[in-house]
Amino acid sequence: MSKLKGRSLISITDYSKEEILQVLDIAEGFEKNIRQKLLDQYVVASLFFEPSTRTRLSFESAVQYMGGSIIGFASADTSSVKKGESLKDTILTVSNYSDLIVMRNPIDGSARFASEVSPVPIINAGDGANQHPTQCLLDLYSIRKTQGTLENLDIALVGDLKYGRTVHSLVQALSLFNATFHLVSPESLKLPSAVKKWIGDANLKYFQYTDLSDVIDKMDIIYMTRIQGERFPDPLEYEKVKNSYILNNSMLANSKETVRVLHPLPRVNEISEDVDDNPKAYYFQQARNGVYVRQALIAAILGLK
Amino acid sequence: MKNKRTELIVSAISNGTVIDHIQTDNTFRVFKILGLENTDHQVYFGTNLTSSKYGKKGLIKISDKFFEKEDINKIALVAPTATLIEIRDYVIVKKEMVSTPDTIEKIVKCYNPKCVTNNQQVFTKFNVITDHKGNMKLSCHYCEKTMDKSHIEFL
Repeated sequence: MSKLKGRSLISITDYSKEEILQVLDIAEGFEKNIRQKLLDQYVVASLFFEPSTRTRLSFESAVQYMGGSIIGFASADTSSVKKGESLKDTILTVSNYSDLIVMRNPIDGSARFASEVSPVPIINAGDGANQHPTQCLLDLYSIRKTQGTLENLDIALVGDLKYGRTVHSLVQALSLFNATFHLVSPESLKLPSAVKKWIGDANLKYFQYTDLSDVIDKMDIIYMTRIQGERFPDPLEYEKVKNSYILNNSMLANSKETVRVLHPLPRVNEISEDVDDNPKAYYFQQARNGVYVRQALIAAILGLK
Repeated sequence: MKNKRTELIVSAISNGTVIDHIQTDNTFRVFKILGLENTDHQVYFGTNLTSSKYGKKGLIKISDKFFEKEDINKIALVAPTATLIEIRDYVIVKKEMVSTPDTIEKIVKCYNPKCVTNNQQVFTKFNVITDHKGNMKLSCHYCEKTMDKSHIEFL
C-alpha cells in the first residue's frame, strides 16, 4: 500500500524523491491501460474557483476513465462562494459528499489551508501564484519518458522565470535529480534568488542567458514558458525582448536528436507552429501525460495503488 | 555610575520581568508584541538609556508578570539583542538572551496581499529561516512567500 494514502498534495516539496518516482511508476501503468476501473462507487469533488481548461478537464477525464463520479463546479460564480461562503465552510461541506477534493483557487496558500480543515485529502490543482504540483509531476513524467531518466540532464528553462510557478516547482523537483539548469530570460524576469537557493543547496550548477539561441544545441529538454507583456513595468522593454524568446523550427536544426520541447500550455506565440510537426515537439503529448499522472495520484492517495 | 543612573530613571521591581538591552528604536515594538498597552500590571520603561554595549538602549520592567519562553522569544524578531531577566523578591533568578523561535504564529501579518491569511479567517504561521547571507527571514506556511525583516508588520 502506498505511503501516499490519505495524504494531501499541496506543494511538490510535500513528496520525497522516492514518492515522486512512485507516482511516476504508477502513472506508467495507467499509460499502458487507462481504463482501470478502480474508482467504482468513489466520488471525487472538483472545485475550480477560477477557470482552467487542461487541469480541470484532465482531472475529470482521469476520474471518469477510472469509473468514478465527479461532482463540483468550474467557476466560483456557480457555487455558494458567490453568496459569501468561506473557503473553510465550502471545504467542510463538500468533504461530506466526496472521498477526495481537487481544488484550484486564485488565493495563494488556500490549498494548504483547505488541507488543514478538510477531513478528506486535497489535491492542489493550483493556488494562485503559489504551487501547481500536478503540473510539476506531469512535467517530470514527460521528461523521464522522453529521456529514459530524470538524472543528470541539461534542462533549459525559457521565458518568464520570475513569476512562472511551474518553473519554480520544476526547479525544486529537478534539484533532487542532479540536473544542470540553463536559465534563459530577460533581465527583469530572472529566476528569483529564493529559487536559485534550491539549486545551490543541492550543490548543482546553473547558467543564466538572455538569448535562447545560445543554449539550444546542448540541451536534453527545452522547457518553454509564456512571457506576459503585463509583467513588464515598461511596455517598450517588452517589445524589445519578446522576439528573443520565440522558438521556431529552424532554431532546432543543430539540436540533439533526443531533445524534446516542453511547454505547460497555453502557448501564445513563444513556440512557432512550424515546430509542432517536428518530432522534437512534445507539448501536446505532455498534456496527455497529465491524465495518467493524475490517475496515479488519485489512485495512490485513495490507497488503491 | 551607569547602573545607578538606570535605577534612578526606572524604579526597581520586587517581582516580575525586566527586558533589557533592547535596541532603543524598537522599545515600543516590543511593548506592542507583548500587548503591554492593555495590561493591568505595572509597567516601567525607558528609551535612549545609556548602554556601554550599544550606546543607547531601551528597557522595560513589568511587575508580577512572567512570560512563557515562547512569548518572550517573539521579541527576538524585532530586538534580537534583548536580555530577559526574571526577578523574584528583588533577586535575579534568571537572566538569558532572547532566541529566535523556529515558528511564529498569529502575531505577524503576511506581506503578500493575495495570501489566504489576508483573505480568509486564518491565523498566520511562519517558519523562521536564514538566507545564504545569514539574514533572518520569515517563510509563510500558507503562501510560501518569504519576507525579510523590513516587511514584518505585527497584527
